[in-house]
Amino acid sequence: MMGPLLISLYVFVLAAFLGFELINKVPPTLHTPLMSGANAMSGITIIGALTLVTVASPSVGVVLGFLALVLATINVVGGFLVTDRMLATFGRRS
Amino acid sequence: MSLTDLTALLALGSIALFVIGLKRLSRVRTARSGNALMAAGMLLAVLITLLEIGLVDYRWIIGGLALGAVIGVAIVLRAQATQMPEIVARFNGFGGAASAFVALSLFWLEVVETSGAATAANVLGGTAGTTLVLSVLIGSTTLSGSILAELKLRGTLSGSPRVPARTAVMGLLLLGGLALGGVAVFATEQAPLAAALVLGLVAASLLAGVVLVLPIGGADMPVVISLLNSLSGLAAAAAGFALTNQLLIIAGTIVGAAGLILTQIMCVAMNRSLVNVIAGSFGEGGDVEHGEYGHVIATDPESAAMVLEAAASVVIVPGYGLAAARAQNAAHDLAKALIDRGTEVRFAIHPVAGRMPGHMNVVLAEAEVPYELLFEMSEINAEFSSTDVAIVVGANDVVNPAANTSPGSPIAGMPILEVEHARQVFVIKRSLSPGYAGIKNELFERDHTAMLYGDAKQVLTDLAGEVEAAG
Repeated sequence: MMGPLLISLYVFVLAAFLGFELINKVPPTLHTPLMSGANAMSGITIIGALTLVTVASPSVGVVLGFLALVLATINVVGGFLVTDRMLATFGRRS
Repeated sequence: MSLTDLTALLALGSIALFVIGLKRLSRVRTARSGNALMAAGMLLAVLITLLEIGLVDYRWIIGGLALGAVIGVAIVLRAQATQMPEIVARFNGFGGAASAFVALSLFWLEVVETSGAATAANVLGGTAGTTLVLSVLIGSTTLSGSILAELKLRGTLSGSPRVPARTAVMGLLLLGGLALGGVAVFATEQAPLAAALVLGLVAASLLAGVVLVLPIGGADMPVVISLLNSLSGLAAAAAGFALTNQLLIIAGTIVGAAGLILTQIMCVAMNRSLVNVIAGSFGEGGDVEHGEYGHVIATDPESAAMVLEAAASVVIVPGYGLAAARAQNAAHDLAKALIDRGTEVRFAIHPVAGRMPGHMNVVLAEAEVPYELLFEMSEINAEFSSTDVAIVVGANDVVNPAANTSPGSPIAGMPILEVEHARQVFVIKRSLSPGYAGIKNELFERDHTAMLYGDAKQVLTDLAGEVEAAG
């Protein structure tokens, strides 16, 4: 049975391979939207922030967690929205 | 099924949405739905986490989510199409900062604010302690680097000042930061000292981001932002290790890896190597000869309009100058006026024209220029020889024939739009000042090239007016 650290390491290495293989030829038109979408996805740290602000008392740690939550939410909401806005303006040519 | 099993299964769904979404985002036809799938994956991830947390005090959570969502929406609504690249840079900085704050929050909550006499490594475990330091380091570097990148894109900060002994300074800052973090986590049992050391780590990392981006020219910012995006993914992954959160590790790592590949793809499109970009050797005056212009013909909108009226085919080549002057609507007006006369009008899009790949597509789409009129470089280059008039609007390096003719040029080998093959070339530009590569453009000296000096929007509006008046 693997320990949690080893499992995390397996997960990390496999996810890295997946990420490398996921993106290959990208038309230049999509470079900016793809970067923007991936950037929104890096706001996944929002779920880390959520686990840190579960008590009411406003200690330094909770305030730092709150800042993390606000910034991550801006990144997620704004990031997906701005990507959609870019893609919405792209017309279609069959 | 236990709650842990349920959330773990749901997390698998979230990961699937991310992976399929990212894949679809890299294809034109499926891009928009791909983005929506990724957003759905993120929403699911948040819901899973709320389920895991269970019943707690929700005040901070609701407040944070609401505040962040409002600010995020406001930033996007206020942004203009020309500012998109800057917005991406800003959000990226926020993402990096968020990961750093997650790690800092964990450190304060578990170490600084608990009164036990033990090192952080004892409290959190060695792995969590180490990755916590990495998350702070990478996240803070991403933050300052992204802020600088945004300022450079905006033009608030111009030039690319040399940092003396940059590699050494960079190494010193990163290793020094790591050392401070290492001592804070592994070697001290005194909370105030540990907190001070971690703040030192933050300062060193912020400086490292500045040193990284400062000497890199504005033209390379897209690549830099893509690289910083990859870093912010890694910062999230590091935070995932620190919190033992597999979903966070997976999503963060995928962004880190995919971002690195995208960075590489962008380098290839711009004919640059990542090492060159990071070294910041492009677009500096130093060893590049500027060259004086000899024989340059200038003309005015009235004369140019007469040539346009006689033309059967016109190709408009937009560059950053068009975006900067917000001249996309004026360009569309000119195109419409010409089309009304029966002239064939096409827009030639260089992949890296503007401040970001695809920048011109975004800007022209905002002016509702029909997609059928936009042609990529590979489609249009063969057409220039049968084109009567090419109008270059605020573009420079991407139409510089030196890329094909002089092997020693800084842009040698970069694919360009071969506008010089058109029968007549008009160049709308404010002056003869060089583009990002900082070199002279021989195109401006050709006998069949005429310069229309002035603000792109004004000149295009004048041209459209003249063409319309000629009816």
